[in-house]
Amino acid sequence: MNAIEVAGLTKYYGSFLAVDGVNFEVKTGEVFGFLGPNGAGKTTTIRMLTGILKPSRGEVRVLDYDMLREGEKIKARERMGIVPEMANPYVDLTAMQNLRLMGELYGMSRREIEKRSTELLRLFDLYDKRDKKVRTFSKGMRQRLILAMAMISDPELLFLDEPTSGLDVISARMIKDVIREEKRKEKTIFLTTHNMADANELCERIGIIRKGKLIAIDTPEKLKGLVKGRVSVEVSLEPMKFEPGAVTSPIKVERMGDKVRIFTDDPDATIRELVGYTERENLRIISLRTLSPSLEDVFVELVGDRDD
Amino acid sequence: MIEQFRRSFAVAKKDMLIFYLKGPVVIMGLIFPFFLFLAFLIGRNLGGEQLFVGLTAMTAFFTSTAVGPTIIPWECRGRTFERLITAPVSLTTVLLGDLQASFYFGLAISFLISLSAAVYLSVHPNPLIFLTATLLAIGCFSAMTILMSSYPPTDVPADVMMLSSLLKFSLLFVSGIFVPLERLPAYGRAISFLSPLTYYVDALRHSTGRGYLPLWVDFGMLILFGIAFFLTGVSIHRKVLERRFT
Repeated sequence: MNAIEVAGLTKYYGSFLAVDGVNFEVKTGEVFGFLGPNGAGKTTTIRMLTGILKPSRGEVRVLDYDMLREGEKIKARERMGIVPEMANPYVDLTAMQNLRLMGELYGMSRREIEKRSTELLRLFDLYDKRDKKVRTFSKGMRQRLILAMAMISDPELLFLDEPTSGLDVISARMIKDVIREEKRKEKTIFLTTHNMADANELCERIGIIRKGKLIAIDTPEKLKGLVKGRVSVEVSLEPMKFEPGAVTSPIKVERMGDKVRIFTDDPDATIRELVGYTERENLRIISLRTLSPSLEDVFVELVGDRDD
Repeated sequence: MIEQFRRSFAVAKKDMLIFYLKGPVVIMGLIFPFFLFLAFLIGRNLGGEQLFVGLTAMTAFFTSTAVGPTIIPWECRGRTFERLITAPVSLTTVLLGDLQASFYFGLAISFLISLSAAVYLSVHPNPLIFLTATLLAIGCFSAMTILMSSYPPTDVPADVMMLSSLLKFSLLFVSGIFVPLERLPAYGRAISFLSPLTYYVDALRHSTGRGYLPLWVDFGMLILFGIAFFLTGVSIHRKVLERRFT
């Protein structure tokens, strides 16, 4: 069963086409990553999925509710949690008051709110600060609180728009751990991020949007297969001496600090040649590894290296 | 419906905790009407009933319009608005919560001031007329703030404050507080009928003696203005919502 179904989703701002006929589905229990450069249409898409913006054309169904109908939209939102991009908690309220407000907006009873708030404050390591005004919180603490607010009703679907953007390592790691834990509980997560390592680590499938069009959608490993000639062999020698002629037909050779990275179509042959070269030249191999293309390579290959 | 109303009260509680003590709200809702009343009082030989009507009308009008216009611009500036409207509540529910925040603020302060004034000035308004008129008027003025906050869709509270102050002062001077309706020229009276404050001032005069218009007209117009302000405000907010995010 699909948690999200999108067909022909299109959004114009005046004459500017922000999202252009996007189609995809997200399965129930799946962590789906939505990637794209700045201005590609990620946030506009997420705002249409959550019912903040009305599409110019197309259909959006979330948890089997039609998000274009006001009544159904509210029913869908009862079962989802949303972390909007660059959203803030109320800084003049305490962490507990922020959670209580969200609980009341979700129609939860006072007892449920108190119980769930305490659980979440402990989970996000904010319990000791529960009665402090959010004004005194760091960015990481605020972002953890925002995620806690989105999770107050224990929703089955989470929309997370850049949840780890600009955070300290501890907060980012805590949020990623929570995402993994939610995945383990078979929750569906729709995640936008600029962090390729996060997307690679967390997402089962990834969609890449560019200039409003969905240009690729697949599992991270299959997406990596789209990039030809990006398999490389990385070697570090002692003493560090490498002649480009040591291997036949490398696609590209890059010197990287005390290592050399050789991009090749045939890593097996390249490694054999390298070993032969080190024996001939009496060099010691410090490290040797093969690298498959990263998600970042895929992204740069598909999107280019500029914002839209 | 009842559930959405309950949720709108959660929005109102949040507004009360955050916005009641903001500087512009205290200035426009409390300090300003006090000095305006002094200007109204000093150098004029006014009777207790006239003072009571003037003070009560100005207090109700300024307090119930002090909070509402700036809530959404403040929410947009603080980046909390998107978080709020992605909760399982409609935009109408959020606006109804904002209306309630204005209503409770206006109600508490207006009753405190008007009852103290009644005791001090030894004025005895008809309690039923006074209570009904004040509840309807504060509801109507609170609904007016929903309209005031709808346009322009800005995240600068000062922009909305400026426009709403312009509107409030224009209404104040044509509403029969400073010059009673019967003494206004015909064109002035015609203009005064465009202001909801006129009907509240007239209903207060009924509560202390005699008004100019029939009482049912005063009550009816306050209800009509209130409904029209709220529905128009909600409709404009819906239309400009997208512009708050682009």
